[in-house]
Amino acid sequence: MTYIAKPKFHHPGLKKNELGYTHRDYEGKISTLCAGCGHDSITASIIEACYELSIEPHRVAKISGIGCSSKTPDYFLGNSHGFNSVHGRMPSVLTGANLANRDLIYLGVSGDGDSASIGFGQFAHSIRRGVNMTYIVENNGVYGLTKGQFSATADRGSKSKKGVTNTDNAIDLVAIALQLGATFVARSFSGDKAQLVPLIAAAIRHKGASFIDVISPCIAFNNHAGSTKSFDYVREHNDAVNRLDVLVGRDPIAVDYAPGTVQMVEQHDGSKIALRKIDADYDPHDRLGAQTFLARHAAKGQIVTGLLYVDPDAEDLHEHLNTVETPLNTLEADDLCPGSAVLDKINASLR
Amino acid sequence: MPDKKPISSVNDFVVRFANVNGSGSASANEMFARAILRHGVPVSPRNIFPSNIQGLPTWYEVRVTEDGHLGARGGVDLMVAMNPQTWDKDVAGIEPGGYLFYDSTKPMPSTKFRDDITVIGVPLTAITNSTYTDPRQRQLFKNIIYLGSLSALLDMDPKLIEQLIGEQYKGKEKLLSSNVHALHLGRDWALQNLKCPIGLRVKKSDKVGDRIFIEGNSAAALGAVYGGATVCAWYPITPSSSVAEAFTAHCKKYRHDPETGKAKYAIVQGEDELASIGIVIGASWNGARAFTATSGPGISLMTEFIGLSYFAEIPAVIMNIQRAGPSTGMPTRTQQCDIIACAYASHGDTKHVLLFPEDPAEAFEFAAAAFDLAERLQTTIFLMLDLDIGMNHRLCRPLKWDDARQYDRGKVMTEEMLEEGRDFGRYLDVDGDGIPYRTYPGTHPTKGSYFTRGTSRDRYARYSEEGPVYADNMQRLVRKFETAQDLVPRPLQANAERPTKYGVIYFGSTSPAMDEAIGLLEARGHQLDRLRIRAFPFHSSVASFLAEHDFVYVVEQNRDSQLRQLIVNENGIDPVRLVPIVHYDGTPITARFIAKAIGDHQDHLKVTPLRKAVS
Ligand SMILES: Cc1ncc(C[n+]2csc(CCOP(=O)(O)OP(=O)(O)O)c2C)c(N)n1
Ligand code: SF4
Repeated sequence: MTYIAKPKFHHPGLKKNELGYTHRDYEGKISTLCAGCGHDSITASIIEACYELSIEPHRVAKISGIGCSSKTPDYFLGNSHGFNSVHGRMPSVLTGANLANRDLIYLGVSGDGDSASIGFGQFAHSIRRGVNMTYIVENNGVYGLTKGQFSATADRGSKSKKGVTNTDNAIDLVAIALQLGATFVARSFSGDKAQLVPLIAAAIRHKGASFIDVISPCIAFNNHAGSTKSFDYVREHNDAVNRLDVLVGRDPIAVDYAPGTVQMVEQHDGSKIALRKIDADYDPHDRLGAQTFLARHAAKGQIVTGLLYVDPDAEDLHEHLNTVETPLNTLEADDLCPGSAVLDKINASLR
Repeated sequence: MPDKKPISSVNDFVVRFANVNGSGSASANEMFARAILRHGVPVSPRNIFPSNIQGLPTWYEVRVTEDGHLGARGGVDLMVAMNPQTWDKDVAGIEPGGYLFYDSTKPMPSTKFRDDITVIGVPLTAITNSTYTDPRQRQLFKNIIYLGSLSALLDMDPKLIEQLIGEQYKGKEKLLSSNVHALHLGRDWALQNLKCPIGLRVKKSDKVGDRIFIEGNSAAALGAVYGGATVCAWYPITPSSSVAEAFTAHCKKYRHDPETGKAKYAIVQGEDELASIGIVIGASWNGARAFTATSGPGISLMTEFIGLSYFAEIPAVIMNIQRAGPSTGMPTRTQQCDIIACAYASHGDTKHVLLFPEDPAEAFEFAAAAFDLAERLQTTIFLMLDLDIGMNHRLCRPLKWDDARQYDRGKVMTEEMLEEGRDFGRYLDVDGDGIPYRTYPGTHPTKGSYFTRGTSRDRYARYSEEGPVYADNMQRLVRKFETAQDLVPRPLQANAERPTKYGVIYFGSTSPAMDEAIGLLEARGHQLDRLRIRAFPFHSSVASFLAEHDFVYVVEQNRDSQLRQLIVNENGIDPVRLVPIVHYDGTPITARFIAKAIGDHQDHLKVTPLRKAVS
């Protein structure tokens, strides 16, 4: 892998968003992943979502673990701070960062090896704590960076590139996230940008733990017949419950959608998610319903995608801890130190 | 009458309470220690508790010490034997001429006593049962009743104990009066039925002064409050849990916004130590002062992240309250056994800053300083306490804070500095001290952002695995560690009265025993210069001290003489000149032990400074 910066040249005619940023402002370095890797499509979707939301790029902190997927934060939002931490431990680093400064946007990027194996515990606990973040797992069912071992999300019975059959049961991170109380849970497919971009945008807007499992085929090690995470397999077995749009700072244009199948979800910050339902019965506010829906479809070998659950009134870890609005990293001795007079009193009480 | 003359001593003896865990004895025993303090007499108490919860034995030892020796002494002058399970061992541990205090409700066969001690029986169960009907009350008040009897036997002023009870049960009148009543039940019974006082006595003195009585863990937690820690992530482990618990309690008291009532801190009980240190690193990366508290096994789990902190240069503060290892070892026993593990924690070439406070006052100061150091040096700082200081009350000088003190946030490039056009290279050594500038996330729209990673990178934080680029970075980290030498607390030297070729190096909780041992060694004719090491990296005065002495003893509480190894390793000196004096059975090292070990070695060397001086 080499270090390649993108040329700074901007086409003067590039479209700008509300803040005057162009697409290029949301890009990072040139990817060094395999050509055609699903992860690169997710990178593109993140760039698109941030552009559309008119986020100030430097107000995002992008944090990852270790793996091909975890390299991707280097390839988007070049003007924001990134942190490639250690394998499987992105969630704790992100939690700490979030505690230090509640004013930034936190994007956690991880792989299925990273999150479902070595980091399974940290994944679970960050979700249950309600850390305000967008947690994206780029799920390819294998360890890409270490060359093709099964990961814990590989389906039982699926085959490795070398023809070995996986005999272990798979962990479904979406099911777990639902069970753990994530307040925004979605699944998508790296090859479905139209679905993925608004999902990421909505997740970023969501206040609380947002989790998106993105099936992201590994061209090098998991895109063959017998894989259940290949492009072909996912396209054939994908069953979307809804399509959505995120509307920020403008009125919903409900007429875009066929009446009766659009559901508006207003989030904490006033942003709205317009859900165009494909499955008319699907209710994304029903955690239990989502769990059974998911299980029923999984039994049929179907991969359910879309926004599966959202609690628009979620609270985050800072609210649970009742911390001050001022970011903790800006507090100085005057705010934090009780001073010598108090210490004298403490001394007196210890005699 | 015992066949050995009963020990007679005023304000200088050791009382040990043998209890059953869960019997509620802890508060009565602690009150005993505090009551002696209120007489103006220094005490040095120690909890001795095996790693169990209920029903098994615990001991609490109070060294009463007019001379102010705060190390453990060894031996027991008065045993308060309240645990039938450990009776034989407890009785055997009494010094010849010592005293045995026991519950005489049930008669004991004479074979259960010793002829060379004074046996004092008080029918505690009988007295409690005739006064109280509720079983819990019976259990709790029995402890206060023996406290009352001891006050008579040791000639203590009951008013001072009443005062303590009054403070403890302030506003709870019923509890207050019933405790005072129980105290007098025991006291009066002893006065009426026993020869009071015995040979051991507490006499009012003025040796406590303005000193305070506090546990090391609580003091360290207070240091974190004063030092500006806003994020604490931890996972329970003995003997460190009380650091986080004390930090929580202190924060609840002192760290809320008066207007909104909101917290100026965040405390997370992590799911494990990996998460705890991860949270600390994430928070510190983002510019908050953060710490975790743990013990040996937790350090083991944290090492991968500690390597990241070292290499990616992210501040972190770890308070390591050491216990006896390896593995689960003896989790409730004390040792100084994580020196090497912490100094070189993680894989690859690493070196970390260690601070060794000797008592709670230094635990407070060093804890607060650790946050300045972590941010100044952008690396992990270990505060190395141990169970002996961490979980025991110690008498120490009052805690001090200079209100003019501002936090040293280290080299942080601000938005303004970036706007001015300052060159920002995250790993650029602009000042030659090995310390680069960092920026906090979110600082500037187009300048100063960088990618933090554990992989090799160049001075501008660009990924690179080029050999020279990697070596350049590793060399700068060495320079940074050299810079640290002058930032950490310096060693303190105290010279013997006469010039001597012999020295002793020691650190941390060994201090009080060492101070006392010097006196014992002098009495044996041995003169030694002393150097108390307070931090790693070692200051240049450590090398000078070694150069100035033929032999230097290194006193520590672990099997492999880990500090000595570190000194040899870091100074490249001949190990033969560094003599290990080690104590590692999990009990705190004593002056008697040190004096014997060094004295025997000196005798063996035929060191005769006194005779020479006389002739
Ligand atoms: C403690 C530790 N163990 C093992 C590794 C080796 N390792 C690096 S990436 C990886 C797996 C990556 O898989 P995944 O998270 O699924 O990401 P992908 O590469 O497939 O995107 C492993 C095992 C490591 N870096 N650290
Ligand atoms: S190995 Fe697989 S996951 Fe890694 S970059 Fe290549 S295609 Fe992507």
